[in-house]
Amino acid sequence: MKKILYIIFLLLFSTTAHALNIFTCEPEWAALTQQLAGDKADIYTATTALQDPHRIEARPSLIAKARRADLVVCTGAELEMAWLPVVLRESGNSRVQPGSNGYFEAASAVRMLEVPTRLDRGDGDVHAMGNPHIQTDARNFLPVAAALSQRLMQLDPANKAAYQQKLTVFEQQWRAALAKWEKQAAPLRGVAVVVQHKGFPYLSNWLGLREVATLEPKPGLEPSAAWLSQVQDTLRQHPAKMVLRAAYQDERPSQWIAQRARIAAVELPYTVGGNDDAKDLFGLFEDTIARLLKGLQ
Amino acid sequence: MFKRFCSSTAIAVLLIHSIQASAADSGNAENAFNPAFSLILSGSYGNLQRDPAIPATGFAMNPNPGHEQGFNLGESEMGISANIDPQFRGAATLALDPAGGISVENAFVQTTSLGDGLNLKFGRFFSGLGYLNEQHAHAWDFTDQPLVYAVLWENQLGEDGVQLKWLAPTEMFVEIGAEAGKGRGFPGSDRSKNGSGASVLFAHIGDDIGIEQSWRAGASLHRTRRVDAVSDAVPDLPGTVGGVSNSFSGDSQTVGMDLVWKYAANGNFRNSYLKLQAEYFRRKENGDLTYDTAGTNVTDTYSVTQSGWYVQGVYQFMPRWRSGLRYDRLDPGKAAVGALNAGNVIADHAYNPSRITWMLDYSPSEFSRFRLQLAHDNSRQGLADNQIFVQYIMSLGAHGAHQY
Repeated sequence: MKKILYIIFLLLFSTTAHALNIFTCEPEWAALTQQLAGDKADIYTATTALQDPHRIEARPSLIAKARRADLVVCTGAELEMAWLPVVLRESGNSRVQPGSNGYFEAASAVRMLEVPTRLDRGDGDVHAMGNPHIQTDARNFLPVAAALSQRLMQLDPANKAAYQQKLTVFEQQWRAALAKWEKQAAPLRGVAVVVQHKGFPYLSNWLGLREVATLEPKPGLEPSAAWLSQVQDTLRQHPAKMVLRAAYQDERPSQWIAQRARIAAVELPYTVGGNDDAKDLFGLFEDTIARLLKGLQ
Repeated sequence: MFKRFCSSTAIAVLLIHSIQASAADSGNAENAFNPAFSLILSGSYGNLQRDPAIPATGFAMNPNPGHEQGFNLGESEMGISANIDPQFRGAATLALDPAGGISVENAFVQTTSLGDGLNLKFGRFFSGLGYLNEQHAHAWDFTDQPLVYAVLWENQLGEDGVQLKWLAPTEMFVEIGAEAGKGRGFPGSDRSKNGSGASVLFAHIGDDIGIEQSWRAGASLHRTRRVDAVSDAVPDLPGTVGGVSNSFSGDSQTVGMDLVWKYAANGNFRNSYLKLQAEYFRRKENGDLTYDTAGTNVTDTYSVTQSGWYVQGVYQFMPRWRSGLRYDRLDPGKAAVGALNAGNVIADHAYNPSRITWMLDYSPSEFSRFRLQLAHDNSRQGLADNQIFVQYIMSLGAHGAHQY
């Protein structure tokens, strides 16, 4: 009997005494945290690859998860502006409020693109700090990983060596993968593309894609029929090879333009879980490049 | 000429640079400390067949916020919020009345660093009871509140006081809260006295069902003591033309239940979603009623239980377009009237006010919305009303996150 009690006691404590409870906003940061923390962390992902991260409801379940988090890992740069502030405020968890150690923004570790020179809602849903879709450039994961690993060591100093070792392994593997991907993606350099949402500047910047048109008339606005035919005119003068959209986006606008301009409609996973091949960070970029290359044919 | 061109180009380049710099390191600029500022502009056109001043049958002693006829500038709402220091956040919402004048809708301070799931709020705020009560008018799914909110809470219960909420550290969302306040909004009677004039208790639970569905359920209890609450133009048994003025003093206790359920394919709310919600409130009032204060002036006991509910669904069938349907119903209850007033006060109205409402709205962007609403209103016995509303809601400046 005593033995059973002892086992129950152990079980109770081994589940409550595990290391960090981490709330991640997007699947790419969950995957990165998994690489860097391994079994030292219990990771929750607030959104999936099939959800528009701009438009998430501040659901009770998210608030409950944030309540128990030791660390919140998000993109930042206003991407989660429509829901995260409410989730954090309602959580009553002082450890993860913006400005505290338990709040990490990936965007703060990378150089932002498309920082607007003027802030006017007439320009659509622009973000003051720049385009927040930083995860489409694989190179960005190196500085984010270094900063995030630093944060993990700060919050859980007992496991510092383990985090350091995991970071070194990740950096090594990632650098090797980067070299491989960049080589594979060489034919994509200079290729003209159309994008559905302004969600790919980092990808284009990395692989040298040339964005000639956007299907959303302004960021965040749905494409109208009139605007789409204007895009079609643009494409007559500046032909593109393919139209890109993220897995969570409505496929109709890309299909429409793909049929009329006779170009390939390419659905990119955009983040981990965007399709069956994008199971982890490595799979995400392997699949992205494979799909882009296929769009070239 | 060339020189002039060069210098103006140089100035332009410099300007662009300085703008870029200020946008990029806005964290350093002094105005980065300015609070988030937002302005809601709204207005409507109402076409009614009946006088909106006529109250729902059996609810003449309740508020009747009613509707506006014709073109009408709605309340423009100005919101200001910011962190005060690492411990506190402040928020104020000022309503600009179309007729002139400003009223303070919200002005509260809340803690940001208590931790352990605790949130303390003090000042003027919308009570946390029910589901719709905390939502600002610009976030409503219809141009008006459900009948039960109109007659039992005068659309929304605002309170001057303190609110303490605690979120349990559980896997499921479990939150409890308590409020003590002045009793400013109906049914409180806003007296100047020591102690608290009204109190509220509420509890919420909620969770996800897979990735596509989420829900929240709640229960609330509101208590206050009403003193000399005067109502005018109340119909009576003798059939006095224009009604009489009554005054009520007594205890008021309201219980409520609310349920919200949301669904979106893959949990992606951008393309389409469905939101169903229902709320029920039941108020018991027990005290003394003075009949016809300007004339007969007879006081005797009076107690009544009023209740009401609504159920509504809103469906976003494609990006930018939503449609909704709502059904409202009220029960004025059978009053127990003291013997002295048995021949004066109407005890049983034998009528349940109801209304059915349909709306269609279109949002060109996240910051603008147009709405058409049609209602068939049977809230007044024998005075069915077909109502048409057209409304716009625009939001400028900072756009805060919305609650669930």
